[in-house]
Amino acid sequence: MMANGGAGETPVIRIEGVAKSFGGVPAVAGVSLDIARGEFFCLVGASGSGKTTLLRLVAGFETPDQGRVLIDGEDMSSRPPYARPVNMMFQSYALFPHLTVAENVAFGLEEERRPRSEIRERVFAALAMFDMGAFGARKPHQLSGGQRQRVALARALVKNPKILLLDEPLGALDKKLRERAQLELVALRERVGITFVMVTHDQEEAMSMASRIALMRDGALCQVGTPRELYDAPQSRFAADFFGVANLFGGRVTEAGAAVDCAEARATLAVADACTQGADVTVMLRPEQIALSKHAPAAPNVLTGTLGNVVFLGNAYVCHVVLDSGKAVQARLSPADMAKLGALATGDRVHVSWEPSAARVLTS
Amino acid sequence: MSMTGGAGRGLRRVILGATTAWLLAFTLLPMLIVVAVSLSEPRLGAPPFTPLFEWGAGFWPIFNGHITSYVTIASDSLYVAAFVSSLRIAATSAFITLLIAYPMAYAIARASARARFALLMLVILPFWTSFLIRTYAWTGLLNTNGPINNTLINLGVVSEPLTLLHTEFAVHLGIVYSYLPFMVLPIYAVLERMDWSLIEAAQDLGSRPYRAFVRVTLPLSLPGVFAGWLLVFIPALGEFIIPDLLGGPDTLMLGRVLWTEFFNNRDWPLASALAVVLLMTVLLSALLLVKALQRREAA
Repeated sequence: MMANGGAGETPVIRIEGVAKSFGGVPAVAGVSLDIARGEFFCLVGASGSGKTTLLRLVAGFETPDQGRVLIDGEDMSSRPPYARPVNMMFQSYALFPHLTVAENVAFGLEEERRPRSEIRERVFAALAMFDMGAFGARKPHQLSGGQRQRVALARALVKNPKILLLDEPLGALDKKLRERAQLELVALRERVGITFVMVTHDQEEAMSMASRIALMRDGALCQVGTPRELYDAPQSRFAADFFGVANLFGGRVTEAGAAVDCAEARATLAVADACTQGADVTVMLRPEQIALSKHAPAAPNVLTGTLGNVVFLGNAYVCHVVLDSGKAVQARLSPADMAKLGALATGDRVHVSWEPSAARVLTS
Repeated sequence: MSMTGGAGRGLRRVILGATTAWLLAFTLLPMLIVVAVSLSEPRLGAPPFTPLFEWGAGFWPIFNGHITSYVTIASDSLYVAAFVSSLRIAATSAFITLLIAYPMAYAIARASARARFALLMLVILPFWTSFLIRTYAWTGLLNTNGPINNTLINLGVVSEPLTLLHTEFAVHLGIVYSYLPFMVLPIYAVLERMDWSLIEAAQDLGSRPYRAFVRVTLPLSLPGVFAGWLLVFIPALGEFIIPDLLGGPDTLMLGRVLWTEFFNNRDWPLASALAVVLLMTVLLSALLLVKALQRREAA
């Protein structure tokens, strides 16, 4: 188990062998996971990967068929959602349409039967924290999408939960607003200091926000790690492909930890990762690790091909190359490297090359 | 939707005109006639009331209206009692209907899509038989030697048959039974459209299921409750068939009094005045409910 919160400290969330199926179809299949206090943890995956079900199991909206969820070391199995020290921000925000903004935020405190004066103060502070102080008397339908999102956050956080669960919290915002909200959420977590667990289908969002990511597939954890680990050292083809762009060559190891014979590249590629002789593996290269040149360089891995489209992204160029084997690869070059290459046109013969240590050998 | 050119506009005008003409001819005009009759005086002959306008020597017709009928209604305790008892029976039976219909509508709204369709069909199914026949069927069921009494006696619950038929209880039963679908459907329509994540949000914020219902589900379903209440309370207020077939001789309801005045006493002006008072009550209660609903939505 990957405990990340330092030795000895209880994880704030411990998921132990949890399985849940709906009508015989497994949604979550045997997931075990520890989340440390103060993490910004992201569950990512395609739709139907079980990430939302896992979040709902933590919130208590679903009960596991097998396994259990512990919060702060305490078994939550017999605790209904209303008795768990977590609060959730819903994808649709789920603001009560018949209540004002202030009544929405006060709702949870009223259910705790807090004294009136305390409720008033805490609602005021929560609204002020999200710059919504002037909107307390409005109804949710009178707010913009971004304002609604902030009210939903205020309503969830005013109860001082140990964990804030966020179900696609930025899904309903437009692109510009979303990028700002991503930064705000990360800053917010640092300010309030509690654990955030967020579900998203957007790998870029997960990469830019999370302290750790769990990639889910078919109800199981595919890989858990920091954004860097997932990007630089994916453990599977699926993970490599999910985060960013990956050039993947299937092949068989001909020399343990050194060479992979790749039919797709029509070449034997030199690698540096550990791998056993005769194993079927995938060699992965990120586009930015590939060098492009007009003349054959003196490098261990050189493949030739024809230049296709070159896409300018402002801070980089993405060059599409069709190798002689027919395999298409992408190389990402900085404008400076592109300038060094000199004039290139579609259809030109090019060499792609990389260092053996840049390639990852994926065994699944 | 936009129909091009004058043809479309012409068609729209025809449809609008036809609708207006229909409403004028079959709703407003009959109501005005009833109001007119209520202001005239009864007499023997055909029609059994005096004309409201009479042609005299002058250019203008002489207005010959009386409020005698209204004075009679207000002063005769029979009519006041019938009025009060109608309001009471309509209100209590609408309330009982609500108590039964709400859980039904809730269950249907939360059922699976297939079960939902089947349950809705079952709710609507009684409409395929005549209302009169269904009400009449209850007289057989509620009879002193009907199936209900026989079962109760056979089970040893009672030793003597209960008097069920021709009681106010039977009237309530008839109204609840007949009007239940009118309460179920609008409440179902609101609950079916409700965002259930709101209930989860309430539970997430610390509400037990009962509290989540009181604070979220119930307030959000009030428009359906109001609509259902109007659809049951209003027809129940003027109901004639159910009190006539199932009610006892002492079950006073406006519908029955109205019938007696029209057909037994042939006092058309008085019957019309009763109808006008009933109409005004219905309009007023509907208006109050709609206003209450609008205030809630505006707030």
